[in-house]
Amino acid sequence: MKRYQLHCSIWMTATLTAFGMPALAEPLTVSNWDGYMAADAIDSFNAETGHTAELVLHATNEEIMGKLIASKGVGYDVVFVSSPFAEVLHNLGLTEDLDHEKIPNIANLYAEATELPHDPGNAFSVPYAWGTTGLCYRSDLVDTPTSWNDLLKPAEDVSGKTTMLATDRWLLAAGQLALGYSVNETDSEKMAEVRDLLIDAKGTLLAYDDTTFYAKLVSGEAELVQAWDGWCNYGIGENADIKYTIPSEGSDLWVDTMVILKASGNKEAAYDFVNYILDAENHRWAAENILYKVPNEPAMSGVDASLIETFPNMGMSPEEMLKFEQLRDVGGAQRDYSRLVSEIKAN
Amino acid sequence: MSADRRPLLLMTPAMIWLFGLMVVPCALILVLAFFRRGLYGGIEYTWTLENLALVFDPLYFQIFLKSAGIAGLSAAIACVLGYAAAYAIAAMPRRHQPMLLFFAVLPFWSNYLVRTYAWIVLLNREGLIVNLARWVGYEGELPQMLYSEQAVVIGLVYNYLPFVILSCYAPLSRLNPEVNEASRDLGASAWTTFRRVTLPMTVPGIATGFVFVFVLSIGNFVTPALLGGGQFQMIGNLVYAQFLTANDWPFGAALSMVLIAVMLGLLMGQAVMADRASGGKGARDG
Repeated sequence: MKRYQLHCSIWMTATLTAFGMPALAEPLTVSNWDGYMAADAIDSFNAETGHTAELVLHATNEEIMGKLIASKGVGYDVVFVSSPFAEVLHNLGLTEDLDHEKIPNIANLYAEATELPHDPGNAFSVPYAWGTTGLCYRSDLVDTPTSWNDLLKPAEDVSGKTTMLATDRWLLAAGQLALGYSVNETDSEKMAEVRDLLIDAKGTLLAYDDTTFYAKLVSGEAELVQAWDGWCNYGIGENADIKYTIPSEGSDLWVDTMVILKASGNKEAAYDFVNYILDAENHRWAAENILYKVPNEPAMSGVDASLIETFPNMGMSPEEMLKFEQLRDVGGAQRDYSRLVSEIKAN
Repeated sequence: MSADRRPLLLMTPAMIWLFGLMVVPCALILVLAFFRRGLYGGIEYTWTLENLALVFDPLYFQIFLKSAGIAGLSAAIACVLGYAAAYAIAAMPRRHQPMLLFFAVLPFWSNYLVRTYAWIVLLNREGLIVNLARWVGYEGELPQMLYSEQAVVIGLVYNYLPFVILSCYAPLSRLNPEVNEASRDLGASAWTTFRRVTLPMTVPGIATGFVFVFVLSIGNFVTPALLGGGQFQMIGNLVYAQFLTANDWPFGAALSMVLIAVMLGLLMGQAVMADRASGGKGARDG
């Protein structure tokens, strides 16, 4: 379908040029996760700015990375990816060096959001949402967990009623944090310890689960799960006994970002789009609807107080979040991480 | 046009379809197995055999063996259950058989994912089976049924059972009842007749069903992901992870290549066996 549109627009451009008419601009292609921005965001952006944007979806970071690396970034203008992947795109030379003058709304970002370790000064990425990974639990069924070991070495009555995230980095992070290591640790001896801890933990798990863990809490199938704060909120929304906590050993700081591709033939529209999202009203949509914290000061200060009362982790300050270590790209060690996860799951 | 060129002409569209949309894309992926993976997941076009060697690394080979074990167990259970069902259907009055076969394949008309999710609804700790047990007064703790190897086997058997019923029904329904009668008249018991007459004549149907279930199961990744709770990997999950999370396409291609080789070997073995069973007609006429 996209190729068809491309052919059409090439054909139309050629025809129009031949007749001395101004060339039609190509549509702006934005790739994002499904439901990660307002359903009408693209339409209102088009109406407001006169650009023609279209949205395509990716299910995972890895999926869009595969496409971008294969096409050297051609075919996309703005992509939403998690920060370690933005780093990779930058290292591969695929990202645009951002001209902040073209993004006046970048002034809305919290100071902390302009100094993130993966990209100080927002040279190539603009944060869209951020948060922590901790423990989500049924306060009516289990004692308040205080340590990652409450998940990894659960008490007898909780054993078999816990889940962990299935994605490599977070699965490993639970073990890395429990042992007091960095969430970006690559030392093979330390990682072997992490692996052994996680293999033991696996025997006590109900399942690895990235998508339905909060539903398992609601049904009572699980009582204590590793969760992203925003996703725990979906459980809290259905059962007020569900609570979120960050263990004493800490959390990672995850950041989802917007990146403009260097290969974009539509940079003006791409800048306008990033600027449009950073508008306080538009950015607040994400906080209020997907219950993720956004790094936008006027957007967050406009969030209804009752929302923060219902979902306390929405009120976490940037300062508190920045205490945690951000997940970084680990380069070639990613392959070792994949292998470790295979070893854990094969046991 | 001469008459003997007509089959060739009729086959051409299908062959073009198969070649263009199946053989070529598969070849493009498989050839990746011989290249190196770039640091960030791209492909470096230097020849190497290290991806294929890695498949036989104990870690990954063990996953292969485990997948084969699960697929073999599922196929064996499906064959026992499927054969019994096919035997019962073939023994029914002729006019009822089409309806019974229709019911046997009815689940195929619904989506694979939906059918698999149905098992989650049935087996989970707060699910139908547990609640039913509580309702009839069972108070004790029930074992965890979902997210286990057994749940995966149940899912695979359930999903692929109709293949076995159909493959066993075909030879069973063609059996000449007079052969069985002759066996009984000559003094053999019902069990001996089944063991010495019926079973040997229907082995090709069982073999076909077994190979189908095995081949479909060993490469399956949906059922282990959903019913296994992601707690163990089958080879299909490993391939999936290489392409979609580890971004290691060359290793994913190498794993697929070995998997396809195993599947082709089994299917060819089954074809040869079926050919022998039909008296090698294909070989002599061809």
